[in-house]
Amino acid sequence: MTLLTVTDIGVRFGNHQVLDHVNLILTRGEIVTIVGPNGSGKSTLLRVLVGAIEPDSGRVERAEGLRIGYVPQKLHVDQTMPITVRRFLDLPKRVGKEAADTALQAAGVAHVAATQMSDLSGGQFQRVLLARAILSEPDVLMLDEATQGLDQPGSAQFYQQIDAVRKTMGCAVLMVSHELHVVMSASDRVICLNGHVCCEGTPEVVSAAPAYRELFGSGTGGALALYRHDHDHRHDHSHDHVFEE
Amino acid sequence: MLDDFLIRAGLAALGVALAAGALGCFVVWRRLAYFGEATAHAAVLGVALSLMFSTSIFVGVIVVALAMGLLFFSLQGTGAGADALLGVLAHGALALGLVAVSLIPGVRVDLDVYLFGDVLTVGRVDLAVIWGGAVLVLAILYLRWGALLTSTLSPDLANASGLAPRREGLILTLLLAAVVAVAIKVVGALLITAMLIIPATTARRFAVTPESMALWSMSLGALAAVGGVQLAVMANTPVGPTIVALSAGMFAVATLTSGLTRIGS
Repeated sequence: MTLLTVTDIGVRFGNHQVLDHVNLILTRGEIVTIVGPNGSGKSTLLRVLVGAIEPDSGRVERAEGLRIGYVPQKLHVDQTMPITVRRFLDLPKRVGKEAADTALQAAGVAHVAATQMSDLSGGQFQRVLLARAILSEPDVLMLDEATQGLDQPGSAQFYQQIDAVRKTMGCAVLMVSHELHVVMSASDRVICLNGHVCCEGTPEVVSAAPAYRELFGSGTGGALALYRHDHDHRHDHSHDHVFEE
Repeated sequence: MLDDFLIRAGLAALGVALAAGALGCFVVWRRLAYFGEATAHAAVLGVALSLMFSTSIFVGVIVVALAMGLLFFSLQGTGAGADALLGVLAHGALALGLVAVSLIPGVRVDLDVYLFGDVLTVGRVDLAVIWGGAVLVLAILYLRWGALLTSTLSPDLANASGLAPRREGLILTLLLAAVVAVAIKVVGALLITAMLIIPATTARRFAVTPESMALWSMSLGALAAVGGVQLAVMANTPVGPTIVALSAGMFAVATLTSGLTRIGS
């Protein structure tokens, strides 16, 4: 079942074309990762999907009644606002104690309900955001560089948590990341973005694609767990769309 | 001791304090202090227009305050920084209002009344308008609390939850215009922001959730309002400034005591 269909969207900020002719389809239960260098429009694309930005051209179709659980890149809780984790989970609608406790447990932060949001560590904070996102029993979890600011073991644990959540809830996961080696291995599909879709496919296909290599260079090659099967070249299907800039 | 006009004054100040106390939390959370200031200054222009067209002061003020809010929203992101833009709008509106008041033929307007308030002359109709406005503001805040709070915390989260954060921002602008309109008679255009900011900032020290902060803010504001009216009558001082001074005093005490407990612990 198709959850989201993005058809030929374009987004401009002033004179800068951030997204250009981007197409994307997301189906139930799959994990899709969007990778791309800084300024490639990853976060913008995600914000279009969430509905925070209207594209200047093209269409975004959401399945009827689609529930999105959104985990933002970072959320700054202003010092002027006192708010406990428990109360934060109540936004925008109040939830029962049991549901809140279950969500916190599923996100791996069972004991922080009474803590002030501003007193959480970086890892705890992201898990609380995850707990809030799964409270609405979403059809798709969207994560925007959700592990920024976490150390490597921290972000690896966080992705394991995501995977556990997906297994129990059966939701699709769409995430934006620059941590290729951690993220890609868990993905069903990878989309390499740089304003437009440079290439996409299974992690193996993308990591072998010339467009992808050109973007990320050989410097990361050693760190890429997936950059391993040279014969993947034969399977490629999107190489006619070569990086143009 | 409590003559009729005193009861009216106390009630008027109480109504404004409750509405401003609750809305003031959003002004503090969203860092809109200067925006509140600009809206309040624009009220003087509203007064001038009301006198020119012989309409109710409330109507003139709310229209101009609203226009100010919308103007600010539409000018945002056009090159000028938000603080500078608000400076232009606030002082432009205040100056234009002062000029306009002086141009009204045949009327000698006592500007002090609108700059610093004149709560002791509040009549029954004024009182009804003030409480009507205050109850309306509180009711809207209560009904939209979750949506307003989510939009304040993170527009992106609000979007993802199917809310429209821009609309919620607009609602807050509307409420701010309403509070300015009902407060001008009580504390005057120059001190309205104080009614919004000071109780909410003091309340922050006692609160663990947004709701408790709003309740604390309303209580502290109400205490300052009622106490300020009494104190002003006893000491024969201007009422609006006395309310604000009392409120500032509470802030000082709260800051000092929490500072001392921190050192002590």
